[in-house]
Amino acid sequence: MSECVVPTLTSAEVVASKSLLPQGWKADMSNLAGLDLTLCATELLRRTTSRLPQDVIDALVKGRDAEEPGSRAFNTLNDMVRNIILADGNVSPLCQDTGSIIFWVRHPFGFSQRAARKQLRAAVMDATKRSWLRPNCVESLSGKNSGTNMDPFHEHHPAIHFEEWDLPHIEVSVMQKGGGSENVGAQYRLPDAALGAGRDIKGVRKCIIDAVVKAQGQGCSPGILGVSIGGDRVTGWERAKELVLRKLGTANPDPKMDVFEKELTQDLNTLGIGPMGYGGATTVLGVSAEEMYRHPASFYVSIAYMCWSSRRGTLTLAADGQPSYDL
Amino acid sequence: MIRLTTPITEEAIRQLKVGDEVLLNGNVVLSRDMGHKFMKEQKPEWLKPILENMVIYHCGPVVRKNADGTWTFVAAGPTTSIREEPYQADVIETYKVRGVIGKGGMGKKTSEGLQKTGAVYLHATGGAGSLLAERVKRVVDVKMLEEFGSPEAFWIIEVEDFPLVVTMDSHGGSLHEIVAQQSQDRAKALMA
Repeated sequence: MSECVVPTLTSAEVVASKSLLPQGWKADMSNLAGLDLTLCATELLRRTTSRLPQDVIDALVKGRDAEEPGSRAFNTLNDMVRNIILADGNVSPLCQDTGSIIFWVRHPFGFSQRAARKQLRAAVMDATKRSWLRPNCVESLSGKNSGTNMDPFHEHHPAIHFEEWDLPHIEVSVMQKGGGSENVGAQYRLPDAALGAGRDIKGVRKCIIDAVVKAQGQGCSPGILGVSIGGDRVTGWERAKELVLRKLGTANPDPKMDVFEKELTQDLNTLGIGPMGYGGATTVLGVSAEEMYRHPASFYVSIAYMCWSSRRGTLTLAADGQPSYDL
Repeated sequence: MIRLTTPITEEAIRQLKVGDEVLLNGNVVLSRDMGHKFMKEQKPEWLKPILENMVIYHCGPVVRKNADGTWTFVAAGPTTSIREEPYQADVIETYKVRGVIGKGGMGKKTSEGLQKTGAVYLHATGGAGSLLAERVKRVVDVKMLEEFGSPEAFWIIEVEDFPLVVTMDSHGGSLHEIVAQQSQDRAKALMA
């Protein structure tokens, strides 16, 4: 299983040829209130469930090529690449845990959030019927599976965040957040006496190292970390998760944070946890950190851990209604 | 590379050591959170002939029902095993299970169970859902589908050359314990 696999995915043309959208489909942006996102959102899910973003693939390949050929770490990363090629070619889920589905929708004035919520729910239901998503929504106490991925009463799954903006186009981002990686996320409150972590950047760094060591391979390492510094218990977590959407290898707009992220990524990769916790030099693929404001009494560090199979993507409906997909 | 076919004898399992690479063939039984709680608390008799000398796989697959009523596994990688830590050793002993497939490894209690009964923990690559589904030859049967829902049901599948690594053996060895210890030591140095 050790020959080095080259990660050649199907071309953009082939992906487009399998699209659910009829050729030449455009959204009618002159009627924002009457817009139907169902089909273009189902198409987004088809792509995110079966195709990893290029920056994630590049990071996995870079990690593999830095491991010793034939080592368990090398072979495991190589199998990950193999899996990426297969899922893409078959249009089948990369991972059986197709995750909790989280949407971020940014839209101009006049767009109906109520209608969009119904349409995104319909898209998730349709993708579930097509076996692109596993039914991952169960009643907490009984464990009973709704079978449709819908939270039937409270509408918390899929999770949808809306924001109205001052731009003419619409953006729909989605993340498929696996349960194993979600379970190893962590929120710290500084100061933390047990860690010896104070209310400064050194303290933040200690929290992140601690979270990664506690996670070991459980969150399907190499992981991608979204870290928010500050906020409250809810806004901190929300932001941390959203930070996982940032492309790997893009610079943090805050130069101080950019240096922090790069140094921390290097340090974390000396922990020796490696892919799937087998040991090795590839423990994380990247860290995305952001400083927020906070209440003077509270200092939270919220760490969202994303598995190596970081399924995310964005659908843009341009001002003229032209759809485009960015994974 | 060691080829094993279920059912497996205790003698064959006792020969395996941490680090051994295994290609598994034959039937395996899927079970995760609901199944393990159910097995520990209710100890159903009907599962005994299904599980004796067999291998449990911690997995909640994506499945497709075909027009002829049969099932196909679309994606079938391992789920995190540590959640079954409170149940696993009892399940292994009650049902004489010879192997557990999962990801992330398990703890002391399970390790003791592996040593006592004669079983191993086999690690599969997490997230490799498509790759591993290709090694599923057929779905043999499914139990408790209505009650548990498809991710939690007892799927019985036949696998062919299913690629695994022994990360916990029946002699107390655990790769997870070694990696955890080393990374904790390194973390201390980084935090100093």
